[in-house]
Amino acid sequence: MSMPFGYASPEQIMRDKADYARKGIARGRSVVVLQYEDGILFVAPNPSRALHKISEIYDRIGFAAVGRYNEFEELRLGGIRYADINGYTYDRSDVTGRGLANLYASNLGRIFTESIKSLEVEVVVAEVGDTSDGDAIYRLTFDGSVFDEHGFAAMGGQADAVATRLKERYREGMPLADALEVALTALTEPGGERPPVAQLEVAVLDRKREHRKFLRLTGARLERLLSQASAGGGAAEETAEEPPPGAAPGEGASGASGASSASGASGASGQATPPPTGPEGDIDDGSSPL
Amino acid sequence: MASHRDLPAGLVNQLFHNNGSSSFTEFVAAYAPELLPQRDKVLATPIGDQVPHATTIVAATFAGGVVMAGDRRATSGNIISQRDVEKVFRADDYSCMGIAGTASTGIEMARLYRVELEHYEKMEGRTLSVAGKANRLATMIRGNLGMAMQGLVVVPLFAAYDPDRDEGRIFSYDVAGGPYERDRFDAIGSGSIFARGALKKLYRDGASADDMVMTLIQALYDAADDDSATGGPDVTRKIWPLVSVIDGDGYRRLTDEQVAGYVEQMLEQRLISPDGPIAPLR
Repeated sequence: MSMPFGYASPEQIMRDKADYARKGIARGRSVVVLQYEDGILFVAPNPSRALHKISEIYDRIGFAAVGRYNEFEELRLGGIRYADINGYTYDRSDVTGRGLANLYASNLGRIFTESIKSLEVEVVVAEVGDTSDGDAIYRLTFDGSVFDEHGFAAMGGQADAVATRLKERYREGMPLADALEVALTALTEPGGERPPVAQLEVAVLDRKREHRKFLRLTGARLERLLSQASAGGGAAEETAEEPPPGAAPGEGASGASGASSASGASGASGQATPPPTGPEGDIDDGSSPL
Repeated sequence: MASHRDLPAGLVNQLFHNNGSSSFTEFVAAYAPELLPQRDKVLATPIGDQVPHATTIVAATFAGGVVMAGDRRATSGNIISQRDVEKVFRADDYSCMGIAGTASTGIEMARLYRVELEHYEKMEGRTLSVAGKANRLATMIRGNLGMAMQGLVVVPLFAAYDPDRDEGRIFSYDVAGGPYERDRFDAIGSGSIFARGALKKLYRDGASADDMVMTLIQALYDAADDDSATGGPDVTRKIWPLVSVIDGDGYRRLTDEQVAGYVEQMLEQRLISPDGPIAPLR
């Protein structure tokens, strides 16, 4: 029996959309979000000074994204509108990262199922609490799945490898300079070249700040922090340069393995089969500094 | 339950639609106007005397910044309705506003104004210029004109640090809007005539922030001395004026202990000379 012309099964459509989105996201550089002693640190290699990957949403809430700029910019603006309207209607303390993550999840999920093309984005919503127990990092994928991450999250091209390197070096309650060092080591391929300071986008949600916790670290302040980091963390970095033989990639990356299992549940295939369709361009293998 | 489900449904559907404006008020007015203060309703009878009023606010520039201070009294007619009301508000990291007139309308306006400035900053990735901030506030005052005619008058005083000029700037308004940029110092509210008189004699060009805080504390005391609606420092309850300082490092409100230091110093001096410091005649 022959199928009508142009028929594609729902499974095939979902699989194609997921592969398309994954391939689009994998082309970009990674972004790392991790907890440090006074809050949450965001680090992204970003050659553009104008187009941000990391932004402030509200007093305690920050946003980081990878993928297509115009798509995650829409999400960012919508999130700011949502937060400001809620905070104005009720109280500033009534705006939560969880509420924002839910809003993004429902929006991403609806676009994934209803539109021809899903969004090629992955997003982190992070909220800083009064103590480190109150911190929250939510990672959202293109299909609307939400992952409540503990301590750190990595996304973008090479997310699995970055998350593995991050997990090996991450410790709870690190000072800011150490956390920055860990993030940069995780973002750099072993033996690879680090991105220059001018092409790094770094921001923190610092619980010690008054009113608005979000702060971009740029210029002299960032350079000072980086020199502190390389002075203090040099020895630790040398020993951690080679991954221990026991740690197989994939098993270490809790977030990354969670992502593939969750998208498998929503009808998409694993990454074993090559994507049948997808945006043109090279996939980031972490070898270039940008 | 996700809290976005508590917002009006029509609004949530529009959150991700770009309407081309970075203004919070414009966005909300387009999709959920009921969330904004209702300005166009006509009251059956003017209620000006029945709601609490905030009174005197003073502001003055110093070398590299600006100070704003306000007394703590709110009155309804001849009744003191609150002794510790706050009428100086942080607008953003480099600006603040003080309100005189109907307290409730003023507080609501200050809250909306803060969201408006921050919303623009986050959407656009840059802060508004000082003139831009002052103009935005004028539009909000103008929107309240109908209510002002019914007795719900609110008039703010706006002060900001201008990073381009490295100096403080002060803007005043009337019920129909403004802004009017003021040189050196200004005062608003029922005690403002007395405070302005004091400031005229006490203001020194190029003074330090410390001296300027003292000047404003003196001016507020003179206003409270002659205006029944302005509260002086309440020594028994330890209620002190609110003092905010803005300079290159941003906005900071002085703590109660810091203000108490200035007030005690002033009171000690006023025990000897009740009318305060005497300006040189020639």
